[in-house]
Amino acid sequence: MTVLNAVIQGIMLGGFYALLATGLSLIFGVMRIINLAHGSLAVLGAFLAWWVVDKTGISPFLALIPALVVMFGVGYALQLGMLERSLRSGPLIPLLTTFGLAVVVDNALLGVFTPDVRSLGGPAGKVTIASWAITDQIAVSAIGMLILGVAAAVLLGLHFFLARTGMGRSMRATAQDPDTAELVGVDSRAVYARAVGIATATAALAGFFLAVRAVVEPSSGPTQLIFAFEAVVIGGFGSLWGTLVGGLILGVAQTLGALVDPHYANLGGHLVFLAVLAFRGRGIFEARGVST
Amino acid sequence: MGTAPVGGVRPNVQRWTRLSRAFVGSVVGVAVLLAFVPVTLSANVTQKLTAFFILVMLATMWNALAGYGGLVSVGQQAYIGIGAYGTVWLAHQGVSPYPAMMLATLFSGVVAVVFSFLLLRLRGGQFAIATWVVAEVFRVVVSLDKGLGAGTGISLIELNRYDLAQRQAYTYWLTLFCAVALMAALFVLLRSRLGASLQAIRDDEDAAASVGVRVLWGKRVLYVFAGLGCGAVGATMLANTLFIQPNSVFGVNWMAFAIFMVLVGGLGTIEGPVIGAAALFLIQDWFSDLGVWYLIGLGVVAILFALLLPRGVWGTIEGRFGIQLMPVGYRVRGLLKREGRGASATEGGDPPRPADAEDQQAAEK
Repeated sequence: MTVLNAVIQGIMLGGFYALLATGLSLIFGVMRIINLAHGSLAVLGAFLAWWVVDKTGISPFLALIPALVVMFGVGYALQLGMLERSLRSGPLIPLLTTFGLAVVVDNALLGVFTPDVRSLGGPAGKVTIASWAITDQIAVSAIGMLILGVAAAVLLGLHFFLARTGMGRSMRATAQDPDTAELVGVDSRAVYARAVGIATATAALAGFFLAVRAVVEPSSGPTQLIFAFEAVVIGGFGSLWGTLVGGLILGVAQTLGALVDPHYANLGGHLVFLAVLAFRGRGIFEARGVST
Repeated sequence: MGTAPVGGVRPNVQRWTRLSRAFVGSVVGVAVLLAFVPVTLSANVTQKLTAFFILVMLATMWNALAGYGGLVSVGQQAYIGIGAYGTVWLAHQGVSPYPAMMLATLFSGVVAVVFSFLLLRLRGGQFAIATWVVAEVFRVVVSLDKGLGAGTGISLIELNRYDLAQRQAYTYWLTLFCAVALMAALFVLLRSRLGASLQAIRDDEDAAASVGVRVLWGKRVLYVFAGLGCGAVGATMLANTLFIQPNSVFGVNWMAFAIFMVLVGGLGTIEGPVIGAAALFLIQDWFSDLGVWYLIGLGVVAILFALLLPRGVWGTIEGRFGIQLMPVGYRVRGLLKREGRGASATEGGDPPRPADAEDQQAAEK
């Protein structure tokens, strides 16, 4: 029974990881680079929402809206100001610049917001404590279901965007071959900037839910990057549905690890990740380009 | 296969120049002189130089991976931690501290062999984060081990059997030896046949494989070498500070420092990391009181170098003046001169970034 409970909690935790990993997967799918600042940007988004709540006292769910808009803009500007130039300088430079950005964001948050942990759990109200008891030992928390639902909705929305809309088509075309896409009139600069903007906004959304569900601190970024990356690798790079499955597997691995010993939660996830690397070499749904 | 005469002129393929001979000779001389520092200069100088050599080792090892193998690691702290905690563990088992440091360094290399099989399947950013996950695994495992002080840290009490001056001198000599030995080993490695193939791998892995370069072998040699070197960083760092904590030893800040030093000094050059280490050493001395703003500054400077001066200080100097102090490539001279072109084109030579390792291979035979 406790194992079943751990699996259920793990699936809901996995919804969070899937949401966190979506942006990382999208940027890799479109631009073939890994944004090492992804976790730090998620935490930046969370702090932005926290700051708005702290200043205005409005509901965190309302504060989320300006935070997402700003973070989309941050991503857009990041692409035009830094990543575009990095991409032209070969495969190493984007890794080094995004790593540098992570260092800058983490320490700027530390300098501005002090090392204290922050939570949006209180201001978010009842949703963070409500739960449904299924049996005596198994309860499903409202916030867990909400995050899982939002993750599924974001992935579904992104799937629809890429598969059905003109912008999505040009994004997939650019992912496959930017030069040819340019020939038929796609503005690949704008496409890349939009992709990074969307990815950064989804990262901020995940960071927001981290703050609602638990706590964030300025040093949370690197850990979140690692979790997002593990979810993406377990699921398979470049596949959005793989990202969902990878997130769920990671969540379950962590809750099962925690069952052995609370300290082993993260270790459980790391070991599943290493096992996937060792036995498959690539994830479950490996794909080229942005597959939907 | 000899060097084919071009236009009736036999070109002169050379590796050493008078300048590079003089430079390498003086480096050896300086290394010998540095050995006398603990007996001639103050304890303060000895300790600061020890810290500087540790930075040089760290930068050189990170550069060996990224600058010569195209492998960006953000997880070398795994081996730093293994070198440090391995030393503590061995010392607790009764091994004398300084031999324990050497053994722990070798052990880091062995661990790197094991993980190379897992990690070298990956490229680019995937390799980068996967190295980080490995470091995290070690951090978690060590922070749960009570025998190693768990999360609160542990000190190398076995070093207390030496008095302060003696300990500082031994640590200094060990660090100097490790730094010189690692740099010399890298220099020899890069001048070997393997060095040419490594640079071909860095420039285009698939193209290198297609002409018969053993890509995986070359990467493995570098990865294990860097693992060993980072083990030495950890062991000597422990000897210099006496106390370690899992969160800082296995922390990613090491990689932030390494990337800063290599980007500033010059990626893919032997001399660059030393320049970068000197820069970081001075900056730490002047600005580290500023706390987070100092780290933000390092990050911003690293980004600016990556974007605006990707070859770093030394790479830019090399490219502009065509000098090479630590020659790992070849230069062909006497071709254009005899055909009546300007001497500057030949004397200066190409920038030493050996993009065409194939030509070098051909020239070598």
